[in-house]
Amino acid sequence: MSAAELTADGGHEMPLSEQGPAPKQVVVGYGFWLFLLSDIVIFSALFAAYAVLSDATANGPAGVRLFDRQRVFVETVCLLASSVTCGLGSLAVQNRNVTNAYIWLIATLALGASFLKLELSEFGSMMAIGAGPSRSAFLSAFYTLVGTHGLHVTAGMAWLIVMLTQLRTLGFQPMVRRRLFCFGLFWHALDIVWIGVFTIVYLGAH
Amino acid sequence: MQAAHKLRGAWRNSLIAQSCALVASCDEGVLGPKGPIGRAEKLILFDATAIMLAVIIPVIVLTLGFAWWYRAGNKRARYLPDWEYSGRIEMIVWCIPTLIVVFLGGMAWIGSHDLDPPRPLESQNPPLEIEVVSMDWKWLFIYPGKDVAAVNELVVPIRTPIDFHLTSSSVMNSFFIPQLGSQIYTMAGMTTQLVLQADVPGVYIGRSAQFSGDGFSDMQFSVRAVSQEEFDRWVALAKEQSHPLDVAGYTSLVQPSHADSPRTFSSVNPGLFDYAVMATTMPAKAEAQ
Amino acid sequence: MSLGKLSWAAIPFDQPIVMATSAVVGVGLASLLALVTYKGWWPYLWREWITSVDHKRIGVMYVILALVMLVRGFADAIMMRTQLAMAAGGAQGYLPPEHYDQIFSAHGTIMIFFVAMPFVVGLMNFAVPLQLGVRDVAFPVLNNVSFWLTAAGVLLVNLSLFVGEFARTGWLAYPPLSEIAYSPGVGVDYYLWSLQISGLGTLLSGINLTTTILKMRAPGMRYSRMPVFCWTALASNLLIVAAFPILTATFAMLLLDRYCGFHFFTNEAGGNPMMYINLIWIWGHPEVYILILPAFGVFSEVVATFSGKPLFGYRSMVMATMAICVLSFMVWLHHFFTMGAGANVNAFFGVMTMIIAVPTGVKVFNWLFTLYGGRIRFTTPIYWALGFMVTFVIGGMTGVLMAIPPADFVLHNSLFLIAHFHNTAIGGVVFGVLAGYTYWFPKAFGFTLNERLGKMIFWCWFIGFYLAFMPLYALGLMGATRRMQHYSDMSWRPWMLVALCGAVLIFAGIALTVAQLIVSIRQRHRHRDRTGDPWTGRTLEWSTTSPPPAWNFGRLPRVQTTDAHWASKHGAAPRASESNDITSVHLPCNSSTGVLLGFFAVVLGFAMIWHIYWLAACASLGALTVALLHAWRPEKEIDITPEELLAHESRAVGGVA
Repeated sequence: MSAAELTADGGHEMPLSEQGPAPKQVVVGYGFWLFLLSDIVIFSALFAAYAVLSDATANGPAGVRLFDRQRVFVETVCLLASSVTCGLGSLAVQNRNVTNAYIWLIATLALGASFLKLELSEFGSMMAIGAGPSRSAFLSAFYTLVGTHGLHVTAGMAWLIVMLTQLRTLGFQPMVRRRLFCFGLFWHALDIVWIGVFTIVYLGAH
Repeated sequence: MQAAHKLRGAWRNSLIAQSCALVASCDEGVLGPKGPIGRAEKLILFDATAIMLAVIIPVIVLTLGFAWWYRAGNKRARYLPDWEYSGRIEMIVWCIPTLIVVFLGGMAWIGSHDLDPPRPLESQNPPLEIEVVSMDWKWLFIYPGKDVAAVNELVVPIRTPIDFHLTSSSVMNSFFIPQLGSQIYTMAGMTTQLVLQADVPGVYIGRSAQFSGDGFSDMQFSVRAVSQEEFDRWVALAKEQSHPLDVAGYTSLVQPSHADSPRTFSSVNPGLFDYAVMATTMPAKAEAQ
Repeated sequence: MSLGKLSWAAIPFDQPIVMATSAVVGVGLASLLALVTYKGWWPYLWREWITSVDHKRIGVMYVILALVMLVRGFADAIMMRTQLAMAAGGAQGYLPPEHYDQIFSAHGTIMIFFVAMPFVVGLMNFAVPLQLGVRDVAFPVLNNVSFWLTAAGVLLVNLSLFVGEFARTGWLAYPPLSEIAYSPGVGVDYYLWSLQISGLGTLLSGINLTTTILKMRAPGMRYSRMPVFCWTALASNLLIVAAFPILTATFAMLLLDRYCGFHFFTNEAGGNPMMYINLIWIWGHPEVYILILPAFGVFSEVVATFSGKPLFGYRSMVMATMAICVLSFMVWLHHFFTMGAGANVNAFFGVMTMIIAVPTGVKVFNWLFTLYGGRIRFTTPIYWALGFMVTFVIGGMTGVLMAIPPADFVLHNSLFLIAHFHNTAIGGVVFGVLAGYTYWFPKAFGFTLNERLGKMIFWCWFIGFYLAFMPLYALGLMGATRRMQHYSDMSWRPWMLVALCGAVLIFAGIALTVAQLIVSIRQRHRHRDRTGDPWTGRTLEWSTTSPPPAWNFGRLPRVQTTDAHWASKHGAAPRASESNDITSVHLPCNSSTGVLLGFFAVVLGFAMIWHIYWLAACASLGALTVALLHAWRPEKEIDITPEELLAHESRAVGGVA
């Protein structure tokens, strides 16, 4: 039942809330968006824990001593750039341009991988000097907050690989396009979370 | 016939016993306060309940009344199949709970401040400081001013504000003497504070009100509220036996045990309470590092 | 191929009660499976229920799960009551502390997470799409997945009885007691993993139902024409989406502490147990509203239907519901006034808690004025509603009482608190779900439940509740604390005995519920619902047949008012058959993704609990494989032709559009 078939009273356009069940693309996007909000709530709890525990260094190293702002800057550039490439990839999908879609999405993958590599090397170098997550509550909170974001990035990359494969095997089907749209939402949301992370954790280190 | 008689007699006796229990229990626990904090809290309980009953009882009566009167079989009742809104009723319906809440909210605000646990009590007598450590599964009471300590028995002089400083040697507990009033959590690595006072001499029960493990039910301690003279005598008696409490003694005391019988210590290492507060925050392996 | 911490020592051979229960459950389960196999029912069960993506089937499965777990949770309750009736003075009762502590922890965990939640979610699943006039929820396959994840949690919790132990920390597992230093066994791990898994299911369900209510309603059903049950379902599911992630995060932190030596909530290295208490209650308070709001919704439907008039004050009911939804996030500290936050903080949260009593009070008055001027038919659901109105307000009163911090200082963690929350949980949630169960049963199965037994069940619960919990109010005032395995004060004993009588009466009610089911099935031909509208209902679910076809509505109804079905019955709105053309309906195919994911979730949970990491990796891989297979599934659908739809419409008699 399309909106065009419905008669409105007084010739006015029927409000969206009265047009019956929304089309699948809208429903899927909305539901995924709600999922993202719930994911952000998880991050909020981790941010809150980090804030509460940021001084609980147990006579161990504090953030300002441990964090390498240059590396974090490069990580940030990688992640933000990957959002740009992801956006370009979404445009390519919209235009049904298969080559560009692959180029931009693979670029997104590569930039995400660079981000992860830098983050893992940061964790590694911290643990090497004894600043691991079991050293203090502050470090537990740090690794969990930043690490959860990193896990999301990893999951996103795995998802992207699956989507690239689906693009190859199934083409620009509506289902594939819906899922790529959701992926885009996910990837951009991770960027927003990262902005919170580098502001509160790295720039706010004391 | 005789059996029925016996049964009736037994019923009557048990009924009397139950009523006695009921009446007796009214002077126990929270409803039988023996100090100013408990009395103030009991008053709040009664006042708040009375205010709310003024709404609850009519609501219950109206519910049952409407249900019965408007039953389908009652031809005398008016059927109003389309009546679903009345502005006047709406306003009353929002106002009544709001007014109650404003009233009780005021009570909550004032009461929270007046009865804030660390708030000092006005008294002619100077406050007595007692340091409390909750352990698995017993209580240690240190009297820093008197240089004695006791396990599972709290002796306090009447009409004297008792200034409790509390901590835990392990998991969370809650220090609670129902007949004296407020409880407060005890937590490792930090100190909580509570001021109570006993006005009437007697023996009261204290317990932990926060579940802390297998020996939790045995974390009971007796509270003896006595005259100042008797209290001084108790302190002197405790100091007679040579039974000091030092760090080593504390460390062995902290080992899990339950149903500990009350005992006293003749002297206490200065700063032992501060040591107790921080002791659990040091993991064994950190010392090895 | 190490088995981690698992060994033969995990089986509690030295605990006769547990071994006997295991034997009975084992034999019972084996017999059931044997019977199903012998009768050849597996294909039917697999096709019609296990892999079904129909919200009605999934709703029924949730309710069955809840009823089964009610028996388990209640068995815990009666063990506790018996123990406390015996363990007075110097007596130790028959349950040593190590056992008793697991029982009360399991009782709370099971009742909240595996009875109340599934029951409420089941009712919402069943009724919301029908009330909204649509064919299913937004994500049918996800719905099935949610159910099996919940069932996986149930299985893990029950496994803890036979293999290992359960948590001994209470149902919220406060640290430091729940940390590895003080709970080195697997009990807390069983608790954490089963709740993480079922929590994921619940969250997905919350997303599903929220999307359904906001994006999928029949044409013409603007928000102000939605049934009140759908409004309360919306509020409840919004709360699920907002609150459950906090539970997930908090449990994840505790798991990291226990498994990887992190220090979120430990006593040493800067950990902060108080933070856990804050986080867990930031989830915990919305959780109780997640449970009670749909129950309120059920009562709104029941009171209106059986009074024969519309719900009084629809708008203010909706506003009150949404106000409760928002306010529920602003009161959490009242669960730990005694932790020492200070007068200003305590007072703030005390006042906020009272404010939330305002919309709740408004709702009670609105139900009252729905009764006023009605023509009340005394069926079982209305018994539950009236019982609720009388009982819940008492629980609300004691709640507001404890919202005054100095009152809470003497009542916190006492049996008075226990009585209060059972008062609201039983008088509110249990009465509500049992009312909903009776109310929608004929819609689900095509015949009504036996009325006489239904009323007997009500009286058992009602009287049983008062006998079981009024003494606890008295005991709390006498200074009795919760979670005590024995007590020294003999004057408490008579009250404990009365409470035991109440528990026995409730047990009778539960037994009668089983009997009612058997009797009603036997009598089903006599009580067949032929019109689809056995209660003279007001909302759209009563315009379908009982049970409805898989597609619910051949043509989606065109809604013009609230109480759309009542309006169309009385000519105030056109029937669906007059308003729309009939076109093909496409239904999603069944899916085995859910049950397979549930299976791997159980294996993953079990493996993590026992530290069998290679098995956990395999299970994760299995789950990932299932997900990938699902991603490549063909998007086939089942087509229902217009002829089939018309044929069904004409088969349905009178009163059905």
